[in-house]
Amino acid sequence: MSGSLTVSAASSLQGAFTDMKTAFEKANRGVKVTVNFGASSTLAQQIIDGAPIDVLASADEANMTKVSDAKLLSDTPTLFATNSLEIIVRKGNPSKIASLSDISKPRLIYVTCAPQVPIGKYSAQVLQKAGVTVTPASLEPDVKSIVAKVTAGEADVGIVYVTDVSATQGTAEGVEIPADVNVTANYPIAAVSTSTNRALAQAWIAFVRGTEGQAILKRYGFGSP
Amino acid sequence: MSINAQFDIQLPEFHLAIELALAEGEVLAVLGPNGSGKSTLLRALCGLQPVDNGKILLNNIVVDDAELATFVLPEQRHVGVMFQNSTLFEYLSVLENVAFGLRARGTKRVVARANATEWLERFSLEQFAQRRPASLSGGQAQRVALARALATNPDVLLLDEPTSALDVRAKAEIRRDLLRLRQQRPVTTLLVTHDPLDAFALADRVIVLEEGRIVQSGALDEVASHPRSRHIADMVGLSLVRGEVRDGALTTASGARLVVPADSPSGPSVASIRPAAVSLHRAEPEGSARNAWKMTVSDLDRHPERVRARLNGPIPLLAELTPAGAEALALNVGDNIWASVKASEVTVTPDLGS
Amino acid sequence: MSQLRRTRNRSAGLQRPPAAILVIASIAVAFFALPFIGLLWRIPWSDAWSLLTTKSSLTAIRLSLETSLWATALSIVFGVPLAWVLARYGFPGRRIVRALCLLSLVLPPVVGGVALFAAYGRRGLLGDSLFEWFGLRLPFSTAGVVLAQTFIAMPFLVLTVEAALRGLDHRSEDAARTLGASRWYAFRRVTLPAVRPALIAGAVLAWARALGEFGATITFAGNFPGRTQTMPLSVYLALESNPGQALVLSVVMIGISFGVLLSLRDQWLGGSSTSGGSR
Repeated sequence: MSGSLTVSAASSLQGAFTDMKTAFEKANRGVKVTVNFGASSTLAQQIIDGAPIDVLASADEANMTKVSDAKLLSDTPTLFATNSLEIIVRKGNPSKIASLSDISKPRLIYVTCAPQVPIGKYSAQVLQKAGVTVTPASLEPDVKSIVAKVTAGEADVGIVYVTDVSATQGTAEGVEIPADVNVTANYPIAAVSTSTNRALAQAWIAFVRGTEGQAILKRYGFGSP
Repeated sequence: MSINAQFDIQLPEFHLAIELALAEGEVLAVLGPNGSGKSTLLRALCGLQPVDNGKILLNNIVVDDAELATFVLPEQRHVGVMFQNSTLFEYLSVLENVAFGLRARGTKRVVARANATEWLERFSLEQFAQRRPASLSGGQAQRVALARALATNPDVLLLDEPTSALDVRAKAEIRRDLLRLRQQRPVTTLLVTHDPLDAFALADRVIVLEEGRIVQSGALDEVASHPRSRHIADMVGLSLVRGEVRDGALTTASGARLVVPADSPSGPSVASIRPAAVSLHRAEPEGSARNAWKMTVSDLDRHPERVRARLNGPIPLLAELTPAGAEALALNVGDNIWASVKASEVTVTPDLGS
Repeated sequence: MSQLRRTRNRSAGLQRPPAAILVIASIAVAFFALPFIGLLWRIPWSDAWSLLTTKSSLTAIRLSLETSLWATALSIVFGVPLAWVLARYGFPGRRIVRALCLLSLVLPPVVGGVALFAAYGRRGLLGDSLFEWFGLRLPFSTAGVVLAQTFIAMPFLVLTVEAALRGLDHRSEDAARTLGASRWYAFRRVTLPAVRPALIAGAVLAWARALGEFGATITFAGNFPGRTQTMPLSVYLALESNPGQALVLSVVMIGISFGVLLSLRDQWLGGSSTSGGSR
């Protein structure tokens, strides 16, 4: 196998896919993988606008469907991981958040993403299920921005993926969201029809869904599809 | 208002040290080459530049004292200033320019404008009242600037190179205006210039500034006859002859005749002759010089590098020779001598009267 | 005969540029014109008005106009004295101070946003103090938008006005002082009128820049409809969810910028002359 591969992956996959890239390149000398991280909605729009991407790994099925509707996928998407949500607060939990309803405490700064970004949609669902109403201070471009604002102390609380909280390696803390109100995020992956290296794209997808890829994902806290 | 100044200011190139006193109504000319500190002196007097040491008194009131740290702001000094290049306010009309001073001091617009109109009439400039300064010629603008400075009735008038930027005719106009002013309402005046003709036309006394130091001061005649340096000699050695120019010759009031360059304009004029242009001869000269007169030596100023002779005769002249030349002529005070001047060496400027 | 030919070449040579230059220049014009023509071509004209008047569009437009006008006002109030000091006084370290004030001209706006956090964020230099003393929380607020826009746009005004003040003849002000004008009176009646064209040009440029400000705004003030979602942010988001709206808003912004440039005529950056085309 040789050549270069460009993968667009949801921001929450940052840690896992970076490790996978190293492993894949090691296993396939002569292959160069470039991973492009961002909000799934942005990545989907980029592909629709003609970006030369070989593989898309999205944090929700809706955005993958957008690309599929534009007839830009070369095969049916398959699920490769799941994730669930967690409340994120600064280290030490200075605002003393213990549950979802605490988020609506007055004078707390809560940030989320716009509804077309998967985490934006998921967190709105979770809050609705829990019967909590809160007005966000800002709609950030992607989930990592939420993490950044909370760890920097500019925002008090946010709702992100459990994998994001563990990825902060201690600079932030998580507060569990009860299973009955939590949502499961399904992560689909698919090859883009305009890819110039079909074989390589399929090899990457196989890797992600294979033993090694799944082990890496599990290490980061993702669930099985 | 009298001026009493004794100060020094440290400038980047040199040290300016001044000591001068003007009585009420006196006109003092400050002569000197460019960069000698004349403008700084003027700026110190009007308050745009504080002194480093010493003090300045206007009408016996201290306006600047370095030791006591007293300083009166320019806007409170009642000094009228006319700068080189007029510096009229571009975005105001001529009338608004002249009215500016009174308006700035709080006078109502109507009163200030009426006063300004009067001043413009005095200078025969009223037709320019509504014009913008940019549409005026250099001479007209400078005269408006003069009216503007006078409109606030200043106690002291400071003129910074009032004629340098003007053509010959405009120079003459300004000098005429200033002379007329002197006669009608004498104001203590300090005139800074590098053109000795200005001094000759207007000043009683003169000080010569070179590299920040006063190198000579006194009555104009004195300094002209006994200049202390080559520089001063060059600056203030001119002989001035007034008369009427017609058909290529200037005739003085006493009837003496001076042949002038053919292209000189006719009419009342002032002719100026540099001392070096005057040749002296024991016998009546023959040859190209058509201007020749028999004169008497009234004063001699001997100097290792040059000799200056003051000559009395049909046309009083100041002549300059080398010491060797003076030796050869065996010149002494009281001698009779012939003086000649080439017509081409005579400079004629219109005399617009006083 | 040869005389006739000479005349014809002369007039052609005087009026028209050489063909090669003309071709290259035309390509350059097309380079600039095509994106705008493309925009106009892709707009869903039939929906244009309804897209423009949706609540989110109108809110974004209103917010943009409010914040950019405030930013311009602040730029004038603080920028003119700054320009004055920079133009008139040589103090030690002046060059550094000047470079500092003009830094956001060349800085990537996002970097500006990050820096604003460091100063005014909750954990920034002044953030907590501002909150304690004034109850002011700047990030994620409309005031924060104005701050970000002012930070980015003020240098334009400072630059233009400073250049004009520098080019002024001090002696007009000197003359005014000797005539009896206080410094303030001289500034009001002599200096200001002379720099008025540059001041207007600077203010208009600052306003246009504030209106288009994106990077610092989205980083520092965040993005929330009605509070901090200005037109550029709205366009950015709409690109993913409602491309038609993005196009329409883009055209509105271009129309405004175009109008601004036309109105400035030749009084551009740098303020080389204090007088405009007409007197």
